[in-house]
Amino acid sequence: MSHDNAIETEGLTKNFGDLIAVDRVDLNARAGTVLGVLGPNGAGKTTIVRMLATLSEPTAGTARVGGFDIVRDAPHVRTLIGLTGQFAGVDELLTGEENLRFIGRLLGMPTRDAKARARELLAEFNLSDAADKAAKAYSGGMRRRLDLAASLVGRPRILFLDEPTTGLDPRARGELWGLVRSLVADGTTVLLTTQYLEEADQLADDIAVIDHGTVIATGTPTQLKAKIGGQTLRIQPEDPAQLEAVGALVAERFGDLEPLVEAGAVTVGVNDDAIMPVLAADLRERGIGLTEFHLGLSSLDEVFLTLTGHRAEDNETESETDR
Amino acid sequence: MTAATLDTPSGVTGRPGLGATMSQTLSMAWRQMVRIKHNPFELVDLSLSPVMFLLLFVYVFGGQMAGSTTDYLQYVLGGLIAQNAIFLTMYTGTGINADLRKGVYDRFRSLPIARSAPLAGKIFADLFKQVWSVAVMLILGVLMGFELRSLSGALLATVVIVVFALAISWVSVLMGVLADSEEKVQIYSFVVIMPLTFTSSAFVDTSTMPGFLGAWADVNPVTHLADAMRGLLSSGPIAEPLMWTAIWAVVIFAVTAPLAMRAYKKKMV
Repeated sequence: MSHDNAIETEGLTKNFGDLIAVDRVDLNARAGTVLGVLGPNGAGKTTIVRMLATLSEPTAGTARVGGFDIVRDAPHVRTLIGLTGQFAGVDELLTGEENLRFIGRLLGMPTRDAKARARELLAEFNLSDAADKAAKAYSGGMRRRLDLAASLVGRPRILFLDEPTTGLDPRARGELWGLVRSLVADGTTVLLTTQYLEEADQLADDIAVIDHGTVIATGTPTQLKAKIGGQTLRIQPEDPAQLEAVGALVAERFGDLEPLVEAGAVTVGVNDDAIMPVLAADLRERGIGLTEFHLGLSSLDEVFLTLTGHRAEDNETESETDR
Repeated sequence: MTAATLDTPSGVTGRPGLGATMSQTLSMAWRQMVRIKHNPFELVDLSLSPVMFLLLFVYVFGGQMAGSTTDYLQYVLGGLIAQNAIFLTMYTGTGINADLRKGVYDRFRSLPIARSAPLAGKIFADLFKQVWSVAVMLILGVLMGFELRSLSGALLATVVIVVFALAISWVSVLMGVLADSEEKVQIYSFVVIMPLTFTSSAFVDTSTMPGFLGAWADVNPVTHLADAMRGLLSSGPIAEPLMWTAIWAVVIFAVTAPLAMRAYKKKMV
């Protein structure tokens, strides 16, 4: 493991009045890698990003971004970072080109350089055709790409992406993933928050799972998947009376992973899909007819269930939106 | 674990100097101007209320107030310009409030730029709207029969409006930062601006007001601004109202600008 952490937090805490939005969080993002912060709405992800991006000061604890303290050296931190959030980061009335040129001018680029950088990013992000259209005419995916481009005008070494693909269709999501990968290939360190296990799995080198403001699990995607089962098997017997029998059989076959028996079905995390035909044969042998026998990628909900014993219902309404 | 300290881009310390702050403020103002370019209807929208006020005041009240609508026009145009300038500053506060709530400022605040640049840029750009409104009212006034003292008077009047607006915009900024909704900024501004502008010499001679009100009206900054406008555009003393206008502008700025900046920085938590 490298000792070069681009982002380090120690006991990072944020209170809003009585609410503890972020509670003693320790995170490390190695330089040039992607750290995925995975959690449901309101878990404190946005609050963490806001503190690291110097928009908000921690109540307690410390954090260093690019080696600089986020409170004491906030102006330095801002020279290193880019931020793409869930907020309206682009001006809808301005064209794509104007939005990017504006950021370039703000960063002190001469007009000509700001224009050139804007054109370069538009081309890179496949937005050249829409360069002179107002951002309000952009599709959701185009807008996110423009937003991401805007955070890259100053060539940041460290990039914060706060739920970059929430609300995007799968194609637009895939495009954005590709862009993030190429940034990381160029040496950028990325901290990405997401509600989607698949996204963290696809992009992150390390994942921290957070719930109610605290880190409840960390590891590489492979380690986490081994812990929770990367896929989920759902079995629904034809006859609800056989539910218990199915549950017992699954528990026996799967050993350490606890199956969940509820709502007329049994669900369980799966690490190795070789077990599928064995289980199918077992069920058949015992004459248990099935209406559903489905292997799918684990959702965040199932990850949470495994890690915390409770479902990933939205954690409160407060902390995530703002403040 | 030790953290690697990344090199900051060449020569950048993160804390912008005065030159950089000015340039960032201008960039912020540029953004606002481009918004107007893409949405020119905003200027029409902006002109509706001063045009309406001018027509209604002159043709509805004019005869009763001054014996003839032309005489009243000669009196009231300066006052209406002063009143409108003060009303216009409200939009600076509502705009900042909306941007703050929508999170538009979040990106700005993650950039290595001066904390004051977004606010100052907005105020700066809104001065263009002030100039535009003065021009609209003057042109309409002249079409209605206003006798302009001199062109240089008109230019100087515009400069005075811009400088005064620059100062009192900070009142609006303060409200925009503190209020939790645009509507509240509007209500608050209305409750302050409406009585403030009416208890002045903007529309009537203050000598007809009852004692205490007359006394207030004589020190009201709007009275001085309106008198200065009348002096520059039509007739009457110039130096004294101009001096009081300047004093008021400095006092209001000195009190509200630091308060607004403090509230703005506090909002960042």
